[in-house]
Amino acid sequence: MSSEAGGYHGADNPEGEMERAVHGRDVTQVLGFALLFCCILFALFFLGTILYFILSRGLPVISWEFVTSVPRRAMTKGGVAPAIVGTFYLTVGAMACAIPLGLACAVYLCEYSPRTVMVNVIRLSINNLAGVPSIVFGLFGFAVFVKVLGFGVSILSGSLTLGIMALPGIISASQEAILAVPMSYREASLALGATHWQTIRKVTLPTAFPGILTGIILNVGRVAGETAPILFTAATFYTRGYPDSIFSEVMALPYHIYALMTEGTHPEVQTGIAYGCALILLCLVLAVSAVAIVLRQKQRSTYAA
Amino acid sequence: MQPEVKISARNVNFFYRKVRALKDINIDIYQKKVTALIGPSGCGKSTFIRLLNRMNDLIPGAHVEGSILLDGKDINDPKTDIVRLRRRVGMVFQKPNPFPKSIYDNMAYGLTINGIRDRQFIEHKVIESLKKAVLYDDVKDRLHESALMLSGGQQQRLCIARCLVVEPEVILFDEPCASLDPISTRKIEELILELKEEYTIVIVTHNMQQAARVSDCTAFMYLGELIEYDETEKIFTVPREKMTEEYLSGKFG
Repeated sequence: MSSEAGGYHGADNPEGEMERAVHGRDVTQVLGFALLFCCILFALFFLGTILYFILSRGLPVISWEFVTSVPRRAMTKGGVAPAIVGTFYLTVGAMACAIPLGLACAVYLCEYSPRTVMVNVIRLSINNLAGVPSIVFGLFGFAVFVKVLGFGVSILSGSLTLGIMALPGIISASQEAILAVPMSYREASLALGATHWQTIRKVTLPTAFPGILTGIILNVGRVAGETAPILFTAATFYTRGYPDSIFSEVMALPYHIYALMTEGTHPEVQTGIAYGCALILLCLVLAVSAVAIVLRQKQRSTYAA
Repeated sequence: MQPEVKISARNVNFFYRKVRALKDINIDIYQKKVTALIGPSGCGKSTFIRLLNRMNDLIPGAHVEGSILLDGKDINDPKTDIVRLRRRVGMVFQKPNPFPKSIYDNMAYGLTINGIRDRQFIEHKVIESLKKAVLYDDVKDRLHESALMLSGGQQQRLCIARCLVVEPEVILFDEPCASLDPISTRKIEELILELKEEYTIVIVTHNMQQAARVSDCTAFMYLGELIEYDETEKIFTVPREKMTEEYLSGKFG
């Protein structure tokens, strides 16, 4: 069993060899972390630049009047309150359609659907739906809600269009959250004599709730900021006041930004207002996310260890 | 005097897709006794115990033949109400699986799903069951804290207590101590010995000493077959089958 008898004729000093190898490994590790850190800095740099531009150009136009009054003098004076209200209605409307429907689809696909080819095709279709360009949703909404169903250019048409656009995202996020619930929780519930539905409602969904909420937050942000789907279905350049029913057409922040930058006769004033709108849109999305994050934390702290 | 038979399996075969996981199992499980199922990994003991509350229904592609009689009625009959069956035959799993809810809500779950709304009754049942599972003194000051804060052993006793709330007749233990330390294991074993006064107990275990300590009857399974089934004392002292003797003496496993 002596080492001279073996076939090994490498370094005379195996310990030194290993020392060098370990040292090389440490260097690789340090370099690796440095590289990862640079990537983070790079990403943060862009986030910072975006925020800087929007804040520096948007803040000067923000005032109490800006957020509470209607536009005057061909958009150069007054505020953008109708657009804020419009975006709020459209987002709430879209979520009101998409959340219940998306959640129901996810529960069915995860918990009830038989494992057949047909269901796989449905899953695949939902994933593909997520990749459809938003302008296509806009055209679809125009054809179906505005024309065929006769809702006209209105909050209702816009909300439904945005809702359908948000649906695939909400379905797949909910599905992932539901599938992540450990099987042992379901088994425990069933073994106590709970029905399948009771298990879903009282164990699976509450446990999946934080994940589902995350999916919803991401989609609220997307829906609030989309322009293309509401272009032909809900948005208008200017309204005198606020919408009075779900059949009214509305102003909306993203479309308003687009209109300010491409139309009108006072571009030097309008650009500032557009940045102001962008800032408000950002704050609106942030506010919704904040509420959702607080809810999620509350849920986590009650349930988790 | 022979004790009353609670569960009786007759020519039970279990198939997972094309694989025959259980082969012609015949066994009588006696009322208010502890019956242990032992055998090497993959011998079908967990599969068998999960047939007794039809937990295997959850496995796609699974199929069972033969009859399992609970108080003389076949639980595989299509007319069997599985939800009621599972209330009568409770189960404690290998890994403690409390819900991510408070200790109290974990305990009350079995009652609320059965439509009980009377708060006083629920509280009474919760405390009674926690006491039966010898957990009440550990948790009485933090009933409304998350069950996941408890230690592994406490979590497993909570799962046992949670199962007692719905007043089962039979309790199935699927390797209940597999993830616990020796002290927690001893507590669970003591608890099982107390519970057999009221309940019929079936326990799957990898630990032969555990089977010897807690059970009245022991069944030895190997490769999906029931090799030998007798009173625990006989199995451990004078086994009839050579294979049983070899397994118990550690020649394979």
